[in-house]
Amino acid sequence: MNLLARRKFINRLALTLSLSAMAFGLFWLAWILWTVLELGLSGLSASLFTEMTPPPGAETGGLANAIAGSLIMVVLATLLGTPIGILAGVYLAEYGRHHWLGSVTRFINDLLLSAPSIVIGLFVYAVVVAQTGKFSAWSGVLALALIVLPVVVRTTENMLQLIPNTLREAAFALGAPKSVVISKVTLRAARAGVLTGVLLAVARIAGETAPLLFTALSNQFWTLNLNEPMANLPVTIFKFAMSPFSNWQELAWAGVFLITMGVLVLNIIARVFLRAEKIN
Amino acid sequence: MQTTGFKSSASSKLVDRLFGGMAKSFAWLTLILLAGIILALIYASWPSIQAFGIGFLFSDAWNPPMEEFGGLIPIYGTLVTSAIALLIAVPVSFGIALFLTEMAPAWLRRPLGTAIELLAAIPSIVYGMWGLLVFAPIFAKYIQPALQSTLGQLPLIGKLFAGAPLGIGLLCAGIILAIMIIPYIASVMRDVFEVTPPMLKESAYGVGCTTWEVMWGVVLPYTKTGVIGGVMLGLGRALGETMAVTFVIGNTNFLDSASLFAPGNSITSALANEFAEADPGLHTAALMELGLILFVITLIVLVVSKLLLQRLARGEGAKS
Repeated sequence: MNLLARRKFINRLALTLSLSAMAFGLFWLAWILWTVLELGLSGLSASLFTEMTPPPGAETGGLANAIAGSLIMVVLATLLGTPIGILAGVYLAEYGRHHWLGSVTRFINDLLLSAPSIVIGLFVYAVVVAQTGKFSAWSGVLALALIVLPVVVRTTENMLQLIPNTLREAAFALGAPKSVVISKVTLRAARAGVLTGVLLAVARIAGETAPLLFTALSNQFWTLNLNEPMANLPVTIFKFAMSPFSNWQELAWAGVFLITMGVLVLNIIARVFLRAEKIN
Repeated sequence: MQTTGFKSSASSKLVDRLFGGMAKSFAWLTLILLAGIILALIYASWPSIQAFGIGFLFSDAWNPPMEEFGGLIPIYGTLVTSAIALLIAVPVSFGIALFLTEMAPAWLRRPLGTAIELLAAIPSIVYGMWGLLVFAPIFAKYIQPALQSTLGQLPLIGKLFAGAPLGIGLLCAGIILAIMIIPYIASVMRDVFEVTPPMLKESAYGVGCTTWEVMWGVVLPYTKTGVIGGVMLGLGRALGETMAVTFVIGNTNFLDSASLFAPGNSITSALANEFAEADPGLHTAALMELGLILFVITLIVLVVSKLLLQRLARGEGAKS
């Protein structure tokens, strides 16, 4: 084989491998989504949303307490983590851009963004659960809020940095104090991006299991008391999927379906949102 | 000066200072959080650190009733599964990034890129349940015997594929981790490949290079720090991944063969399985120490990743 033919052959081989790598990635996505749809849809029914988690082997039962618990904890964690995250992001973009605190915080925040979520669970266990002596939904909320925080900080900062400086200068020229410039001008201009960050954070914590395992624990019964262990979808799925009981496994698939669809829809909405914003 | 319509300067100055102070204190909170996590973990694992010292890292004992604990098997499991994941995910991610930057037609790039990124959006518990109930049986029935009859026959590395094909085990966990970290590595690689100056690539194409030669000889050397940064980011993810691994690794603290088919344990799966039921005291402290070890390893990996990516970004700024 002459040199040119060999080079062409290597090129074709590499491009074929590249194409198969792409197919490899898509193959798993398709397989997992197909499984979730196939096994999840068959478990869907109205009783899923009205009945409590059943004992093993029972004829009926649903996930009502787990769904409600998940919703409550995700909403509270978002409410707790978002304002703090937005303000910290504001500091990074508007106050600390050239300050040592800004660059150090940015660096640490990126570490927290990729830190193992189970360690967050251990931390909350050590500072809350071990001190109060009991598992509670509040500690779960706190753990989830600590996961929301870095996501919101990161997106808020990125979005604020996209705002052109002329906008800030125009507002300052009118005599507006810095807090007004930020809250009424820059944050408002970046709100779609900031909201995207919040949506992505919600999507992230909706499926988080590890930090809840030793904070909120789980609960077989319906409870709205945040000082007690509270049922939630991820931990319930974990428990049910690992069990040998077929009615539990079916419910786990239904729960997986709910979580996956919720997370994918949130992700897609966030992307569409962000794209609309970038075009403007 | 009331003409501008903003509140009197004294009160607005106060509001301004409060707002700035609050933003600053929340930035501090992020710093304190990291320090707090490390301190809390050290504090909680102190009994175990005192009881076992440095030997904790090298002991394979895990006997809660006798209060003997060593971290070797979970640490081994974490490192081995992450290594398998990287071995599979790095070439595949490179292929995907190459496809997305050089081969795919422009209209396909975004949808395909999004599809790959959605792999990262799927919660890890979904990977876990799918891995245990769908993938592992197929893996045991078709793929493991195939591996045994091919790679298993080779000298030396044959040992890695010995033993009964159970499905679940270190190899299965590694493969599922690989699928989970592909989107992270691929998207960093794609992003850094895209910052290669078009002039460089065009010059190479101009002297007659093939697509592969441009990629391997020009783009990859130019972006290597970023590529390594992306790989490290993926490694950080793999080390700390909990639920998917817990489902498929087999959860046993006995490991007497080098086989990757053997069930094992990782730091995260040990925590997920045992922590809630652990006795307060030495058992909890030993698990906390495992968590501390995991956190320190991941932090080191992530810091390296971050520094490499920053170096690439700075070089970028200097050149343009």
